[in-house]
Amino acid sequence: MAERVLEVAGLTKRFGAVTAVDGVSFEADRGEILGLLGPNGAGKTTTLQMLLGLTTPTAGSARILGLDLARQRHAILQRVNFSSAYVNLPYNLTAYENLNVFARLYGVRRPAEKIRALLELFEIPEAHDRVTGALSTGQQTRLNLCKAFLNDPEVLFLDEPTASLDPDIADKVRTTLLRLQRERGVTMIYTSHNMPEVERLCDRVIFLSRGRVAAFGTAQELRQKMDRGSLDEVFITIAREGGPGSAR
Amino acid sequence: MISRVFALLLRYLYLYRRSLARSMEVFFWPVMDLLVWGFLTTYLQTVAAPAAVSYLLGAMILWDVLYRCQQAITLAFTEDIWTRNILNVFVTPVRTSELLLATSLLGVLKSLAPLVLLMTLAWAFYSFSLFAVGASLGPFLVCLLLFGWAVGMFTAALILRFGQAAEALVWGVPFLIQPVSATFYPVDVLPAWVRPLALALPSTHVFEGMRQALRGEAVEPRWLITAFGLDIVYLGAGAAFFAWMLRRVREKGYLGRLGME
Repeated sequence: MAERVLEVAGLTKRFGAVTAVDGVSFEADRGEILGLLGPNGAGKTTTLQMLLGLTTPTAGSARILGLDLARQRHAILQRVNFSSAYVNLPYNLTAYENLNVFARLYGVRRPAEKIRALLELFEIPEAHDRVTGALSTGQQTRLNLCKAFLNDPEVLFLDEPTASLDPDIADKVRTTLLRLQRERGVTMIYTSHNMPEVERLCDRVIFLSRGRVAAFGTAQELRQKMDRGSLDEVFITIAREGGPGSAR
Repeated sequence: MISRVFALLLRYLYLYRRSLARSMEVFFWPVMDLLVWGFLTTYLQTVAAPAAVSYLLGAMILWDVLYRCQQAITLAFTEDIWTRNILNVFVTPVRTSELLLATSLLGVLKSLAPLVLLMTLAWAFYSFSLFAVGASLGPFLVCLLLFGWAVGMFTAALILRFGQAAEALVWGVPFLIQPVSATFYPVDVLPAWVRPLALALPSTHVFEGMRQALRGEAVEPRWLITAFGLDIVYLGAGAAFFAWMLRRVREKGYLGRLGME
């Protein structure tokens, strides 16, 4: 039986009169890649930020790796990590310096070796002594991913990790992520607006619409359920009309 | 805990090592201030006030300790907002206390390095030695560093809440305190209604004590005792305010937005 590593129950976030996330519940198993999808403003980022302890939920709960997020946040953060196309590493430090700081924050043993191995894994060994700001967008994105794998996370939150990458680099990143998922059993919560990418990577997907879970299942199940030819079409339908599970 | 504090400190020191402009900034402004104040007071000495050099230079050097310490703490947070790295830091297992300790230690380093240079230059250019303050110099410095930490925590909390819009506070907050702290003049010079406010600041007691020492008098213990007592109150309040603000920015969702501004 698969080990459940993420259990989200009734997660809600209200900002004054606006309900950004409204009673969202889902689970993820060890080694699963779960897509968190939805149109802009659907509540994906707020959900991710709540799961990372950056934003306090108004209601609901989350258990990650069997630990309660509200009470054991630091213990959880030691075992998870995060990468976003919209969050950078300081541009005026070298790749090594940036990774060294985070390796030490996570208590990584033999950080220099770990950093070299990760830079090799993501095919950017040349970045080691280069200032981060001088790296190309593709190299910076992969450096962010190196940071995200420094502590050998059991759960990894990835916010549009391939946004702004060219197709070749994006494909390499996807291949590496799949390899790490298979080899290490990392659970990934993955947001993206690239539906073919989601179909390739994600075991299951959750569509959020107006802060609620509009649909949940494998890409194939959702296509069949909504009688659509592609996940792109499923996305458009949910964005415009709400999904089969939507309140609308 | 120590390894995480060291890691954060390392991140800030990397930044200074990597950027010549930032490293120079640590020394450039204090040295320029010293030169301007030094030559001005040398002139004043010739026309009217023989003790002006020691009072003003002593105050200028000690004020810089408080200013640099506060600035180091607030700039550390602002840098992480500028570089959009702040979310990376807040999703590590680092605790608020570790973050504050690391930035406070940076404040000590960033204050003491220019202090040594300023003391040397003041002696070389104006024959003024800060050691003339006597045995109270060490405790005075500690009082100013502690107050710098407290002001830094207050300012950093506001920066977490208001983000880049509050950047001006990094440089502006100390100059709200400076006139009331009776830095360059005795507290009696201030209007009567401002004096209670001045005496509520630890820095005022340090500067009053410094002037007393430079007059060649024994420093009254009350200056140091009151300064330390007030420091403890301000440090407690600063840490509590920072923790409260951090909770609030998490509740309001500002922290998440801060990293993506």
